[in-house]
Amino acid sequence: MAKVQVSTTINGDAVSFLCEVDETLLDVLRDRLGLTGSKEGCSTGDCGACSVTLDGRVVCSCLVLGAEAEGREIRTVEGIADGDKLHPLQEKFLEFAALQCGICTPGFLVSSKALLERNPNPTESEIRFALAGNLCRCTGYDKIVRAVQAAAAEMRKG
Amino acid sequence: MVQVTLSGPLKAAAGGRAQLEIEAATIHQLLSRLEKDYPKLKVLIERGIAVAIDGQIYRDDWLRPIPPGSEVVLLPRMAGG
Amino acid sequence: MPLDANLDPRTHQFKYVGTRPLRPDGVDKVTGRAKFGADATAPGMLVGKILRSPHPHARIRSINTAKAAKLPGVKAIVTRDDFPETKDPSLKDVLYNVMAREKALYDGHAVAAVAATSASIARKALKLIEVKYDILPHVTDVDEAMKPGAPLLHKDMITDGVDPAPTKASNIAAKCEFGHGDPEEGFKRADHVISRVFKTEATHQGYIEPHACLASVGTDGSGELWVCTQGHFMVRDTCAALLGMDVSRLRVTASEIGGGFGGKTTVFIEPVALALSRKAGKPVKIVMSREEVFRASGPTSSTSMTVKIGVNNAGRITGAFAELRFQGGAFAGSPVVLGAMSCFACYDLEHVKVVGYDVVTNRPKQAAYRAPGAPMAAFAVESVLDELAQKIGMDPIELRLKNAAKEGTKSSYGPKYNRIGLIDCLEAARRHPHYKAPLGANQGRGVAAGFWFNFGGQTCVSLNVNIDGTVALVVGTPDIGGSRASMCLMAAEELGIPYDKVRAIVADTSSLGYNDISEGSRVTFSTGLATISAARDAVTKLCARAAKIWGIPADAVVWENGYAKPSGPNAGNFEPLSLQDLAKKAAKTGGPIAGHYEVNADGAGVSFAVHLCDAEVDPETGRVQIKRYTVVQDAGKAIHPSYVEGQYQGGAAQGIGWAVNEEYIYGKDGRLQNPGFLDYRVPVCSDLPMIDTVIVEVPNPGHPYGVRGVGETSIVPPLAAIANAVSNAAGVRMTQLPMSPPRLLKAIFDAKG
Repeated sequence: MAKVQVSTTINGDAVSFLCEVDETLLDVLRDRLGLTGSKEGCSTGDCGACSVTLDGRVVCSCLVLGAEAEGREIRTVEGIADGDKLHPLQEKFLEFAALQCGICTPGFLVSSKALLERNPNPTESEIRFALAGNLCRCTGYDKIVRAVQAAAAEMRKG
Repeated sequence: MVQVTLSGPLKAAAGGRAQLEIEAATIHQLLSRLEKDYPKLKVLIERGIAVAIDGQIYRDDWLRPIPPGSEVVLLPRMAGG
Repeated sequence: MPLDANLDPRTHQFKYVGTRPLRPDGVDKVTGRAKFGADATAPGMLVGKILRSPHPHARIRSINTAKAAKLPGVKAIVTRDDFPETKDPSLKDVLYNVMAREKALYDGHAVAAVAATSASIARKALKLIEVKYDILPHVTDVDEAMKPGAPLLHKDMITDGVDPAPTKASNIAAKCEFGHGDPEEGFKRADHVISRVFKTEATHQGYIEPHACLASVGTDGSGELWVCTQGHFMVRDTCAALLGMDVSRLRVTASEIGGGFGGKTTVFIEPVALALSRKAGKPVKIVMSREEVFRASGPTSSTSMTVKIGVNNAGRITGAFAELRFQGGAFAGSPVVLGAMSCFACYDLEHVKVVGYDVVTNRPKQAAYRAPGAPMAAFAVESVLDELAQKIGMDPIELRLKNAAKEGTKSSYGPKYNRIGLIDCLEAARRHPHYKAPLGANQGRGVAAGFWFNFGGQTCVSLNVNIDGTVALVVGTPDIGGSRASMCLMAAEELGIPYDKVRAIVADTSSLGYNDISEGSRVTFSTGLATISAARDAVTKLCARAAKIWGIPADAVVWENGYAKPSGPNAGNFEPLSLQDLAKKAAKTGGPIAGHYEVNADGAGVSFAVHLCDAEVDPETGRVQIKRYTVVQDAGKAIHPSYVEGQYQGGAAQGIGWAVNEEYIYGKDGRLQNPGFLDYRVPVCSDLPMIDTVIVEVPNPGHPYGVRGVGETSIVPPLAAIANAVSNAAGVRMTQLPMSPPRLLKAIFDAKG
């Protein structure tokens, strides 16, 4: 199968890769670029474990073609921390024990970061609906929601 | 002498008898004697058995001593998830 | 190892145990650095894919791989011919499930596998494998499978546990019976007797991470395997046996695991990956797709149950009977025995009998799912108790208190209980504000109690003191719930050093002695107990070093708060030596200091839980919303309370999904209709409320700190608690799960007449 060359920006860095036309962005991230933080849970866009942002919008990278990354800006879980400083969401997830096995955590961090960027003071209901596209099987979501609330409060303090 | 209660399929394999008396000081001795006296139990014992001594369940613990006068119940092998 | 005689966990001032520090694997998991099953790669790695039967039941007449083998990029193909027969009866079913032999027994059963240089070539190669099937009639329903004349899966299956043994084969693998007394006598003394039939559908553990492994076998027959599993020692031993390898030649490393809940306590793709790698001479990676996970890993049983209970007007249960019919997929081994043993375990009964049938059907071979067998059986029993409570006008918690098992009660499965916490849980639930909160329109409240055994098992721990006084803790049980944090807390407690100075890793199978699977809620109990013992072993050695340094007898040295000290003024006047001091001097005073402990841990304590649920029903759409949920459960001693709460909430959430939406749907063609997360609907964030938790602590006499397992009990009460809530909200008794909108609407409609 023919390969296409794609130039894109990932976590702030210019990246260029070759991929087959039917390869998903998730496959490219994990298998070609070594960015295994985004996970494959279902490959049908139902679990959100592969969530990344594409020009600031949360998408399931299993439903985006690698070729569609051309000229766009992609952010994955690997780009959430700032050097050696964790993002408040990452800190609160740890503090509130909002992860047990941790496989869904990258997706939740991407989704909740995007939520707080557009809505810095969400209600519990708004948080729950914003995260409804990310499945977690371990926690029952309680501590995840509390962690997001705590991170939001911290971030609002500036 | 130990009073042993057989539970579930073990009772069926001992001809429906729920209570047995066996001379045994450890779990291993108990199981060896049962295998000899009740050949149908041998198959089940080989598959795996749990032994409860005074309410505490032991899996695969042959050398566990059986204190005199304790309540011993034989149960099928159990595992969780 | 018993409760420490010097330590009453209820009053002892723990320094680290009971706190909520950050977990050691946490930063890796929030930055994407943690490596799960599918995250490993190896140079020259091939992609493995499995060909699966599209038929629920068929004889495999022939498999022709010639065309596939010719496809450029295909490096190895395996079929049943590559897996020799096993002499070990306990492995036969595992082998036949990993790769079909004479028959394909379910839609999704593995028939062949290829390893190729890319996923797309592997997929093309699968399409080129020619399999000739003789399609046979199939059966997927448990009651249908039990009927005479049902399609027969195994021609040599004679029901075990029936005397005299049947002369004809059937789909009933085994019958079991538990209990004591005579329920018929008990029913005669009852003022009210209720008998109901219940059905539950098959559900999947639903872990977000599909099965994945990377196998690499060399020409000398030595192999390495990277795999997400709950038990890498079990994987090693099973794969070595199936492949005819020495155990010592296979080194298995457990990756971080993205959920298991029992579904990863066996092997599916691992022997296949190893066989492909051995044939190809290259590493082979196999990752299941989500569809494969649903079709071909190990869901739990669908069930059909009859429960009959009698009570007198004073609220005492006079007789209890249950017949449980569980199908475990295409091979024997449904958890009906555990369901039968546990369903009445909460109660002090004079007359109780449970009969269980283990049935096979053309479905994937079941695997354990968190307290296997118990949630379904508890659903039936606790629903009937709810009806009886209403019949005699008694509060449902009061009814349970009047019959609650306690220390000395003869359990329904045989042994007498020692110290247990059921009554504490019932009373805590009754005291909880949830129980008195007002209910709105179309809302109902449900209560249910539940029990789980909890297990011990083979466990090894090594604890090594580093040169700077930090400690390396080596365990062998994969961390499925945050257990590394709890182990570090216990080691820190025993050594008297800060939690941050202890780091735990999960060792591979070549680096540590055998460890049983992380199942049965056993890790905090067994690995914890072994960690405490290994730390005490290290402390003994540290004291001996100090004694040597001071020139006094070893028994004249004590360990206090991280320091070796002379035991009294007579022992001598020496400055205490810290663990750090002793570590620095270790090389010159005898060499490396380590503690270890190998044990078959027993003495795990049973645990009980009581759940409260408020549900709201929409009588027009049949939608169920869970408005409020409270878990009250006995943990014995909560080492890291956040992770104990996490287990309570997670079990409740899985129970909610199971009760309200999740089910395996089979078509008339015997194929799974909903092998994906869209139509196999697990709870999402917007479905659930906050889940309140109450940690009750009745110490387990069998653990030094009183720990009881917590991982499984939390999934036992929810099915019943929710069914009771929905039944009360809708005004109609629900006897079938899940209570999805079509079912609930039909029940409401039928009740209206």
